[in-house]
Amino acid sequence: MGILVDENTKVVVQGMTGREGEFHSRQMLAFGTKLVAGVTPGKGGSTLLDVPIFDTVREAVRATGANASVIFVPPRFAADAILEAADAGLDPVVCITDGIPVSDMVKVVDYLSRTKTRLIGPNCPGLLAPGVCKMGIMPGNIAVPGPVGVISRSGTLTYEIVADLTRAGLGQTTCIGVGGDQIPGTTFVELLKLFEADPETKAVVLIGEIGGSDEELASEYIRTMSKPVVAFISGRNAPPGKRMGHAGAIISGGTGAPQAKVDALLAAGARVAETTSEIPGLVKEVLGMG
Amino acid sequence: MKIHEYQAKQLMAKYGIPVPPGEVASTADEAAEAARRIGGRVVIKAQVHVGGRGKAGGIRLAETPEEARTVASEILGRPLKGLRVDRVLVESALDIDKELYLGIVLDRAARRHAVMVSAVGGVDIEEVARETPEKIAKTWIDPTLGLTNYQVRNLLIDAGFERALWADVSKVLFALYECYTSSDAVLAEINPLVVTKQGSVVAADAKVNIDDNALFRQPELAALREAAEENPLEIEAFKRGLQYVHLGGNIGIIGNGAGLVMATIDEVKREGGSPANFLDIGGGAKADLVANALELVLMDPQVKGVLFNVFGGITRCDEVANGILEAVRRVKVDVPIVVRLTGTNEAEGRAILANTPLIPAETMQEAARKIVELVGRS
Repeated sequence: MGILVDENTKVVVQGMTGREGEFHSRQMLAFGTKLVAGVTPGKGGSTLLDVPIFDTVREAVRATGANASVIFVPPRFAADAILEAADAGLDPVVCITDGIPVSDMVKVVDYLSRTKTRLIGPNCPGLLAPGVCKMGIMPGNIAVPGPVGVISRSGTLTYEIVADLTRAGLGQTTCIGVGGDQIPGTTFVELLKLFEADPETKAVVLIGEIGGSDEELASEYIRTMSKPVVAFISGRNAPPGKRMGHAGAIISGGTGAPQAKVDALLAAGARVAETTSEIPGLVKEVLGMG
Repeated sequence: MKIHEYQAKQLMAKYGIPVPPGEVASTADEAAEAARRIGGRVVIKAQVHVGGRGKAGGIRLAETPEEARTVASEILGRPLKGLRVDRVLVESALDIDKELYLGIVLDRAARRHAVMVSAVGGVDIEEVARETPEKIAKTWIDPTLGLTNYQVRNLLIDAGFERALWADVSKVLFALYECYTSSDAVLAEINPLVVTKQGSVVAADAKVNIDDNALFRQPELAALREAAEENPLEIEAFKRGLQYVHLGGNIGIIGNGAGLVMATIDEVKREGGSPANFLDIGGGAKADLVANALELVLMDPQVKGVLFNVFGGITRCDEVANGILEAVRRVKVDVPIVVRLTGTNEAEGRAILANTPLIPAETMQEAARKIVELVGRS
């Protein structure tokens, strides 16, 4: 079944009437996602792509029974949109928005820790459960159902690796981009725990990058997992102190260096690919298909 | 975003943090005049974004305005740990009794802002954290409550500050917290906070890093960006709204998505090449955007070849290919360009690039190998 979403997931899109929101809503509908409502304050009562638009998430939930959200609102309003979705009890909430101030996110994750809402992102491509549901902007045609769980801090690099897996005959349960920001709503460890408990997932591919210590923290949990993990770390040649595109991809003050992550993953028993093209082979190996 | 020491001190002073009288100078004459106005013994400090300026000769004392002129002329225009010094801060020298440390920083793992206090100031705090972590008192700020009085008392006691310092230091710490939150900082550090022989506390050095994502609501700080940036190409990229990092090699790297571009750089390096830059054009690859990016990469005179690595997801590869072709037509290019397109409609994309001077590659690995063969190993 994969993790986080299933056939009962009913999605509201916050910021649906914006350029990105509309474009990707169309893609999600084409994929087969049960997209039941859109929210844009001031545009309630209209429809877009045959989907009703509401002024607030609360109204959208009451009218349509939506239970999950995808957020496309601009950075300065995004923290408020996440809080609104959590307050309405939605789960998961996927926030695509790039550029949310980190102090806003410190407040948001603190509030979310007192709710049942799981936030994926921000600054992420969202999640994709092949054949089930797509929440976000991942290209739907690259994935097929299968036994591999994928978690990543990246967008296009994830697509590249998922497409490689698919080409090698390795389908996926759920592919999740946790986002490239400094404070993601959900970290690798939390998703690894869900994959460990998911009967359909047989192996996990973890795509990390420089910055922070999420990969090191994940390694501590990988040590205890029954399922194999294949990892890849990008940014091995990034200079210290420089932000490499993602707000979170920066080596600062001795933390976030790539070798420490590779070492921690290897010590925890994960297989670490030196280059992306090695990943499908390593997954086949750990699944005993080699 | 990093800002310079003199900018950080001006910012902190706004929040009531005591800083030494000082002026910024970009010539030796200006430094001498500043020293004359300030009076007495001064310290001349290179304003560049490197750590350990003191040991590298970037912080020196001058007893007289004439000596200030000589010292400034020896520092200005010269490289300090690889970065050219364009400005010095001329400051009244302090009579130091004690050196303390105060810092507030985003703690990513804890997902909160953390406050750190130590009686061991004036040295590399990361070294203190490694060697003698017990000498740093640390606490985390509840985002709803903010920094509280009792937390500050506990910090000062844990750090072993003598009672006589409590009032002055807590005043500075609360001012630093105010400065940190109001400026959307991710780091605000006073190292050292000097206790002078006269018994007052003064911020002898100051460091502030601002959250790039918050610059939209910090217009005054955003305006400091250009002066704070060291690399002219990075300044140009900022003006063009491009995510660019200068790496100093000879192979220009352009791709869509930060993770993909980082992985591409790693591949080029594995093949023995030397990447010139990181450049993420983000989702899509419209001709305007690609032309803009290509133009920027080619402004670097060291660039002898360019590698495009684009994943066409929802943006189809044929659109991307047309975008790149049009960009190449608009920008004068006399170096080899290897293009690797993958994803939706990749065959159509490659067909568009066939019979053009652009060199196609099927995989990221092949693309890296081709561009390194053309440009040469370093």
